[in-house]
Amino acid sequence: MSAAGILHGRVDARRFENNAATRESPWVRRAILGVALAFFVLFLVLPLVAVFAEALRKGWGTYVHALTDADALAAIRLTLLVAAVSVPLNLVFGVAAAWSIAKFEFRGKHFLTTLIDLPFSVSPVIAGLIFVLLFGAHGWFGAWLIAHDIKIIFAVPGIVLATVFITVPFIARELIPLMEAQGREEEEAATVLGANGFQTFWRVTLPNIKWGLLYGVILCNARAMGEFGAVSVVSGHIRGMTNTMPLHVEILYNEYNFAAAFAVASLLALLALVTLCLKSFIEWKASQAAKDTE
Amino acid sequence: MSAVATFFNPTRQTRVLPGFGLSLGYTLVYLSLMVLIPLSAVFLRSATLSWSEFWYIVSDPRVVATYKLSFGTSLLAAAVNAVFGLALAWALVRYSFPGKKLVDALIDLPFALPTAVAGIALTALYAGNGWVGQVLEPLGIKVAFTPLGVLVALVFIGVPFVVRTVQPILEDLETELEEAASSLGAQRWTTFHRVILPILTPALLTGFALAFARAVGEYGSVIFIAGNIPMVSEITPLIIITKLEQYDYVGATAIAVVMLVFSFVMLLAINLLQAWSAKRSGRNR
Repeated sequence: MSAAGILHGRVDARRFENNAATRESPWVRRAILGVALAFFVLFLVLPLVAVFAEALRKGWGTYVHALTDADALAAIRLTLLVAAVSVPLNLVFGVAAAWSIAKFEFRGKHFLTTLIDLPFSVSPVIAGLIFVLLFGAHGWFGAWLIAHDIKIIFAVPGIVLATVFITVPFIARELIPLMEAQGREEEEAATVLGANGFQTFWRVTLPNIKWGLLYGVILCNARAMGEFGAVSVVSGHIRGMTNTMPLHVEILYNEYNFAAAFAVASLLALLALVTLCLKSFIEWKASQAAKDTE
Repeated sequence: MSAVATFFNPTRQTRVLPGFGLSLGYTLVYLSLMVLIPLSAVFLRSATLSWSEFWYIVSDPRVVATYKLSFGTSLLAAAVNAVFGLALAWALVRYSFPGKKLVDALIDLPFALPTAVAGIALTALYAGNGWVGQVLEPLGIKVAFTPLGVLVALVFIGVPFVVRTVQPILEDLETELEEAASSLGAQRWTTFHRVILPILTPALLTGFALAFARAVGEYGSVIFIAGNIPMVSEITPLIIITKLEQYDYVGATAIAVVMLVFSFVMLLAINLLQAWSAKRSGRNR
């Protein structure tokens, strides 16, 4: 989703600041910096601070109570379960897709790459809708599912399906450009020297792509745990049963139980912060690794 | 699997590496089962409608009001992000200031923060008694539960797109161009809008288009702050949900088709823009 991705290292700003041809007059510089940072604080920092401030407004006791509530715990468990199923599925897909696209030439390669990105351009609400049309009571397979007493919509399988749909591209789109940039000489050498496919992948490819892989996994995980629109359509909002954490936040909020809503929301905000920390760490590691090979 | 391999590789060039048929076959099967077949359900379902029935649903005044709001605020939000995103990318690449690494890392917050959390946080900030609402309300500006609230939420979720498309292009920009312009006597502003801006334009447009496409489909961060008043502050994704809750599957599907067609057009436009951007800046992805 970030166009720069893991491949891009940062450059030193002093290169521009110490060059008379590439710097602005001090007051222009101050104005640009001021406008940029004011926008940054207003739109990114304040909402983040507000989550924690609202969560702790009624004190630590209320906060802990909201998080240890049985429905909240059930929501946390379901969210972890959904991520534990959908991330590995999309991990295997991402590696397979990147292997075929980056290591081989074939017809329709560019089109396939575009198709993989498709879920990014579909509204989450529509992602939920398609599974209702397929598996809902009035859907294509609705009658068959009812006859066999299988519940997908308004149950956990529907939530997993919608989450998998939304997160399909995350790992593939990090790996494809990375593996394309690395070429295939190393793998070819390994194969010529007698390594089988599995050994080549495990010993040669995987060490080269590990940071990109991890990068994709944490972004995929963040979205899987935080998805709201798609999951909201297929969940049915049954407390303690089909409520993920974001849906639990919504229910509490709509009941005007703001302190509890923000308490659960603060856990998700923490998840976001951990994701961003790991992301920066991986970018740093990857740039170190890139420097070593140069 | 060899059939797959034969279709995609008609010349049958020799391959050293193993696993082409398996990996491509798995990719195609998984993508079809998880994405393509489910998506086609929307189009097949709407095909049961006659053209006039379809038109009746998608041109209902309440639905048209949602298009106007969704597309209008999304365009505005993308424009706001183009301006401030460029300023942020510029500051991040060209200036050193304390806390720069932290700012750089937090730019991606809207990708990492669940949309529902963003939604309730923005509502708390912009409501009459919120930190920002308190300041704006005495000035006669109401944000929460108005179309302006929709705009605020869409600006939030669009922040990273422009910054992250413009930033790498700015970093790769050769200083020689500006040195040449400067030595030929160009003022800084002239250099910016005659030399730098034309190089940035494709990336800026790509970021704009990405932010716009994302904003039109956005749901979670908007519904809390919008107030969801029919004809005033109701977005298109919400009306799909409303119809689903009334078991009006046909109505929901018809509106979904309108949104999907728009998404596909945007996807095509973004692909073309990215190709242009890569060509203009001499970068290959």
